[in-house]
Amino acid sequence: MGDFFSYFFDHISQVWSGLRVTVEATVLGAAVALALSFVFGFMAFSGPLPVRGLSRVIVEFFRGTSLYVQLFWLYYAFPLLFGYELSPLFCGVLAFGMNYGAYGSEVVRGALNAVPRAQWEAAVALNMTPLQRMRRVILPQAWVQMIPPFTNLLIQLLKATPLLWLITAAELTTVVQHFRDRTGETTWAYLTLLVMYFVLAYALTLMMNALERHAKIRLGRHPGGGGLLHSRGADAPRRSETAGGAL
Amino acid sequence: MNYQWDWGAVRESLPYLLDGFGITLLATVLGTLVAAVLGLVVAVLGRVPSRLVTVPVRALTEFVRSTPLLVQLVGAYAIFNSIEPLTIGIAVLGIHYASYMSEVYRAGIDAVPKGQWEACRALSMSPRRTWQAVILPQAVRNVLPALGNYGIAMFKETPFLAVITVVEMVAQAREYGANHFVYAETFTLAGLIFLAASYPTSLLMRRLERRLGH
Repeated sequence: MGDFFSYFFDHISQVWSGLRVTVEATVLGAAVALALSFVFGFMAFSGPLPVRGLSRVIVEFFRGTSLYVQLFWLYYAFPLLFGYELSPLFCGVLAFGMNYGAYGSEVVRGALNAVPRAQWEAAVALNMTPLQRMRRVILPQAWVQMIPPFTNLLIQLLKATPLLWLITAAELTTVVQHFRDRTGETTWAYLTLLVMYFVLAYALTLMMNALERHAKIRLGRHPGGGGLLHSRGADAPRRSETAGGAL
Repeated sequence: MNYQWDWGAVRESLPYLLDGFGITLLATVLGTLVAAVLGLVVAVLGRVPSRLVTVPVRALTEFVRSTPLLVQLVGAYAIFNSIEPLTIGIAVLGIHYASYMSEVYRAGIDAVPKGQWEACRALSMSPRRTWQAVILPQAVRNVLPALGNYGIAMFKETPFLAVITVVEMVAQAREYGANHFVYAETFTLAGLIFLAASYPTSLLMRRLERRLGH
């Protein structure tokens, strides 16, 4: 035990750089995923039939072919097909973004569907333009609904980042595994690694909870109890698929 | 863009991939079974009227749920190096997904109306009989589609087993691709096989969900 931790703290700068790659992949991947969620979510929600169909096909494709396969495809097959090599981090960001964007688009669609009909009608009655209606009435309400499932997806994304180790990006798992090889302290190495991911996931959850409270207060709703010990709810996988169902 | 797509490689690698697919399917089915049983046990333990039980159980599930499956797999493989990799893989997949499924069960148990508990009480049923005959049949029925969706999610995460030397489908795709330098064909094929298997199953789950009146 002592060996591992003294080695760990002697080489803490490597830990920081690994942590940076992990956080970078998470944040950039989440940004791409968020953007794609809204693009495909809106396409599925309000486009004409061919547009809806297209978004359906894209979403089902990225959800149905395993993330692991997508990542390997980008890293190994893409350079062969197009003669252009992508950096490991870029592959990761792209694969995470597309995969979780596909899941996220269902969240966006479900949340838009869950805003009561009367809200749309009231906005129309007030002679708002479609843009005003979306920006000032529908989205703020839908956004509150989206945050809890987005939190779950974000944690899933964080937990997918060790995949980058397999395509040679020097992220957190790579660094700690290297420490383990050096010290031979298998149990402590993996336990430390798991605890680090747990802390990261917990920090992300707290941030998202704060975001949710803020969004609720903006709507004039009670932010609800919970506080620090309020953890994530049941993941309720893909329940948002049932259109209009409250999440 | 001067790559020649090799249909011959697609044809020839297919038997290898299907070979691996058997392992993929085996791991998914057994992993789901472990997760479904363990998840139920955890959910029921979470209802025991003693904080000495519920607090550690909740903390442990939260920990397992919040940490990466890949790291858990590799860690378990390195620590229990005398056990067969496939067994470790199934156990870790099962434990990881049990932490998800316990939440699903918990929601299902919470959704059983209070009157059902009270009726059991009024009929002076033992706790064991209350759970077995009244609560669980209703709770489990309601969450079946959600459990099925986790089964599908697990299916798509089985390639992780390749990392601990289990030769499932993606490992086969990788090996065949490396030997014949046809990564593009084998990985595309592997992805499409995943899609072909998971999409119809997810449609089935959606139908089940509608049938059960969600």
